[in-house]
Amino acid sequence: MQRSQLLAFVGRRLAGLALLLCIISFGVFSLVHLVPGSAEQVLISGRRPPSPERVEAIRERYRLDESFWSQYTHWVRRAAVGDFGLSIRTGEPVARALRERAAPTLFLGVYAWILVVSVGIPLGVLAAVKKRTAIDRAAVAMSVAGVSAPAFVTGIFLLYIFAVVLGWFPAFGQGSGFAGRLQHLTLPALALALTGIAPVLRFTRTGMLETLEQDYIVFARARGLSRARVLFGYGLRNALIPVITAGGLLLGILLTGAVLVEVTFSIPGLGNLLIEAVNFHDIPVVQGVAMMTATLVIMVNLATDVLYMFIDPRIRFGQVAA
Amino acid sequence: MSSQAQAPPIDLVLDEYTGAPRRGFRLLIGLCWVFVALVAFLAVFGERVAADAYGQDLATGISTPSVSHPLGTDDLGRDVLSRVIVGARTAVVGPAVITLGAGLLGGALGLLAGYRGGWSDNVILRWVDLMFALPGHLVAIVVVGVLGGGYWLAVAVLILLSSPSDTRLIRAATLEQRPRPYIEAARVLGLPGRRIAAQHVLPNLLPLIIASVFLGFAYALLAMTALSFLGLGVGPGTADWGRMLAESRRLIFHNPAAALAPGAMIVVTAASMNLVGDWLAERLSDRGRAQ
Repeated sequence: MQRSQLLAFVGRRLAGLALLLCIISFGVFSLVHLVPGSAEQVLISGRRPPSPERVEAIRERYRLDESFWSQYTHWVRRAAVGDFGLSIRTGEPVARALRERAAPTLFLGVYAWILVVSVGIPLGVLAAVKKRTAIDRAAVAMSVAGVSAPAFVTGIFLLYIFAVVLGWFPAFGQGSGFAGRLQHLTLPALALALTGIAPVLRFTRTGMLETLEQDYIVFARARGLSRARVLFGYGLRNALIPVITAGGLLLGILLTGAVLVEVTFSIPGLGNLLIEAVNFHDIPVVQGVAMMTATLVIMVNLATDVLYMFIDPRIRFGQVAA
Repeated sequence: MSSQAQAPPIDLVLDEYTGAPRRGFRLLIGLCWVFVALVAFLAVFGERVAADAYGQDLATGISTPSVSHPLGTDDLGRDVLSRVIVGARTAVVGPAVITLGAGLLGGALGLLAGYRGGWSDNVILRWVDLMFALPGHLVAIVVVGVLGGGYWLAVAVLILLSSPSDTRLIRAATLEQRPRPYIEAARVLGLPGRRIAAQHVLPNLLPLIIASVFLGFAYALLAMTALSFLGLGVGPGTADWGRMLAESRRLIFHNPAAALAPGAMIVVTAASMNLVGDWLAERLSDRGRAQ
């Protein structure tokens, strides 16, 4: 009974996410037809008039003679194995560009994520435990500032303070080797993390404040459990549920932030690739980045659901919320 | 999508235990109101206050702050202070239109979903869920960029992308109003559903709507400046805070004020709007409770 309910819950979520992926892929494919101009013009760089053979090859490659639906299924089948065609700007395969550009973005994202989790959650707990004190006010003020400051503005201010005035960090570029990367990407990761910390801090603080008022906390303290056990084993574990559900929100903030931060600090990552491609109307590259992002969003959503089930037994034991 | 719409309240204004206004907060909110008024004033009269936002002086070129140019000049010799003042217009007009448009579109859908229920609720909820699953800013970047960019295109796309959070907000609030006796009374009188929704439910949601206007404006401002920063909003050279930041980014070693001043304007305007919105939300919902 329990197991079948669990499976039904997982199945429903999976079906929903698969549908989402279908809808996104359809939208991303349609970009070719959304750009002003015919599909051939869009897919061939327009500097000199293309030879009839080139046009023919492109028509063949994208099945432009067939129906819209058949073009879409053909495109999806290729996209599923990572083949997004050739970049219009450089002429090289989109997959190669994606591979080359993924490393700095991944480094930046993971770095920022670690900062968000290791600063946002403890600070939220601290603010809740020390409620109505200066620490709490400072944490709340920081979260208001974090919500109001976009990553590119934070980035410029960090750049000014730490690279121009103090000269501790390099201003632009991505560096080489792990140490070089760490040094070059510290300011960008900090700028990215500051926008992500705000919501995590808010969710943790509110969750913790609510949890600490529950009867089972009073009871745990009455039983004489250590303060740390009550706070982390009972309090934080329950307070984290809303934080985990906000995981998708955090991903959205980090993704947008990564684009802005990469442009601010001239990091040659996926975000910069997307902006270059968008400005050049390099549709195959835009499609590649978009589908990669969509897959990431869906995988994180799935991971959030699974984690949610592990942490909240009410979901495992019957009371499945839709 | 909108981080403000989903983040929990912060009890910044009223003490969560005594319910009394926090000390020192009146002053802060007052300052926020003054700043909001200042930005609004500059949006209307900015071009008269600072006449020379576009005049180039290539002989001077880039310079650090001085008496004649309090914030210095950018690489084309344009006065940074004048450009910051004139930039208030694009920073206010677009976000205001987005907030209004998203509020009308999203609010109407939310009212419909919440009051009618049934299949319209189902369809609208699916739409909202879909939009919330997408990273809104990225969709905006791709769609605006692929369609060729431009200020009003960005405004239109952002109206569409930010309306779902309004739909969710209004739907939830409408559902809360539905079982109340005054609705029942109106139904017993035989009033048509459309009239009950518009003339009886809507006025009761007004406090919520007013507070969310400020939060929505802050969100729209950040989205618009981000698009301008990426070169997808206003055209090159326009005196716009996001665009100025992008163009002065590389001047940070020569005249930092050219990049920092528009950045500070973005943050202080958004923070003022967010604080005023939070303050209104707590104050107005508290008044409702007291009645």
